[in-house]
Amino acid sequence: MANMAVAVGGTEAPPPRRAGRNWVPYALLVPGLLFLAFFYAAPMVTLGSQSLQEGNVYDGYILTGNVGIYPETLSEYWPHLFRSLGYAASATFFGLILAYPLAYYMAQKAGRWKNIMLILVIAPFFTSFLIRTLAWRIILSDGGVVSDVVQASGFDHVLNFMGLTQGDTLLNSKFAVIAGLTYNFLPFMILPLFAALDRLDPRLMEAARDLYASGWQTFRRVIWPLSLPGVVAGTLLTFIPAAGDYINSRLLGNTQTVMIGQVIDSLFLRVLDFPKAAALSFILLVMIVALVGFYVRKAGTEELV
Amino acid sequence: MKWIKKHLLLFAALAVLGYLLLPNVVVAVFSFNSPRGRYNYEWNEFSAAAWLDPCGNPGICEALGLSLRIGLTASVVATILGTLVAFALGRHRFRGRSATNLLIFMPMATPEVVMGSSLLTLFVMAGMPSGSLNITIAHIVFCVSFVVVAVKARVSSLDPRLEEAAADLGANPLQTFLRVTLPLAAPGIAAGALLAFSLSFDDYIITNFNASPSSITFPMYVWGAAQRGTPVEIFVVGTVMFLVALSIVVIGQILSSRRERKA
Repeated sequence: MANMAVAVGGTEAPPPRRAGRNWVPYALLVPGLLFLAFFYAAPMVTLGSQSLQEGNVYDGYILTGNVGIYPETLSEYWPHLFRSLGYAASATFFGLILAYPLAYYMAQKAGRWKNIMLILVIAPFFTSFLIRTLAWRIILSDGGVVSDVVQASGFDHVLNFMGLTQGDTLLNSKFAVIAGLTYNFLPFMILPLFAALDRLDPRLMEAARDLYASGWQTFRRVIWPLSLPGVVAGTLLTFIPAAGDYINSRLLGNTQTVMIGQVIDSLFLRVLDFPKAAALSFILLVMIVALVGFYVRKAGTEELV
Repeated sequence: MKWIKKHLLLFAALAVLGYLLLPNVVVAVFSFNSPRGRYNYEWNEFSAAAWLDPCGNPGICEALGLSLRIGLTASVVATILGTLVAFALGRHRFRGRSATNLLIFMPMATPEVVMGSSLLTLFVMAGMPSGSLNITIAHIVFCVSFVVVAVKARVSSLDPRLEEAAADLGANPLQTFLRVTLPLAAPGIAAGALLAFSLSFDDYIITNFNASPSSITFPMYVWGAAQRGTPVEIFVVGTVMFLVALSIVVIGQILSSRRERKA
């Protein structure tokens, strides 16, 4: 962790203090921060309050401080919660492995292709998330190229053995959900990694080589530690949204891959059990605040935005 | 063998880019399909019918229109709010900086279900019925942070001496801002606005929590359709969106590189 502190300390510093006109930054901040206070922070309070209320949608709710809803909800839905965290962790892990070589290449080797590659990384965002997820149904469908290759190589037995798929089909499985999550959040991993690696001075790598470091040693001792702020930011931006997502599990999964977001959605909008839904949502929020808090204690807030 | 080893990193990078872009290619190809059933998942035969009549499916263009309206409103408001915050963060040192950074980061890191459901509880408690106003507010919330990130990156890389030079040449603060700072920050602001628009246009989960039956956005239309079949028209819309956004970005790149060459 010492490496990380050095890396963070050596990068972006806040701008110098300006003499006079001290009210200017506050005037600039007021509209935006007021908006976020009203429509981001206040809803978190109403969400917490909703979870502690009893009643129903038709007759209204009364705040009773029913803390017992939390153990009750957790004991009912912990499998969904753990499943979501597991899927999100897998998607983050595979995302990091896939994103690193691309981000490194863009930052250090691409030269004048850098901008074009950056555009191509952002480009998938411009087609609807839902439509792209539907496209994965086409790509992974039975009798498609991917399915044929998987079967010809015998990889389907591996997937079956690991419990990631059932039978011959790749769709409606854990495998499809994790592949979809990895794909959907990959740009959120690539961009922070790229930002960190782009600041890396190539002379550091030359110096390592001059001092007889092998390629692996250069990576392990120089590149990786200096890219850690990007790794952590990318991990947060992938893991957290992936843990709450349910589009992938709904469109690519089956009844055994239901994620926590899907439970919250149906409790809120179909079952109309607001307190339970709010409690689950609040649990998710608390876990995230804990994760972000851990990061901020290690690295400060300057690298976040 | 040595050649392969030397270019291993390039191959890995290209493979990942391919993985990222494959679904977009598939969407474009399947927009020319004439599916056998209601689901456009298997290639049957070439047809341009959906391209000739993209509004052919009932409701699709109404949904598209609503998404465009919400996207425009949300991105304009978010760009104004976000740009102001980005100038404060990129240009000034002030008390409460860490708290500001955190308040900007949190909406990007909050899962969409949490943000959508928490806003629903706020609106329910405030007695505000669901609808397109609620959706627009929700979209502004998550767009502001992304605008801040895009604009701040540009603003903090600007040379403050340019502004000092303008002041030395007799420009007042407003003139300096309008004639020097704003044009220099413009590419970042444009990037932030474009990002905000596409995030808003694309959002399903947060929208779904705050929508009413009379405010069906395009992603909600796609979701609803996907339960019963996948009309080819949605693939056409997806492809058009991709091409439009890509050309905006490419034109922007060309313009800014030309300007830099001139300077």
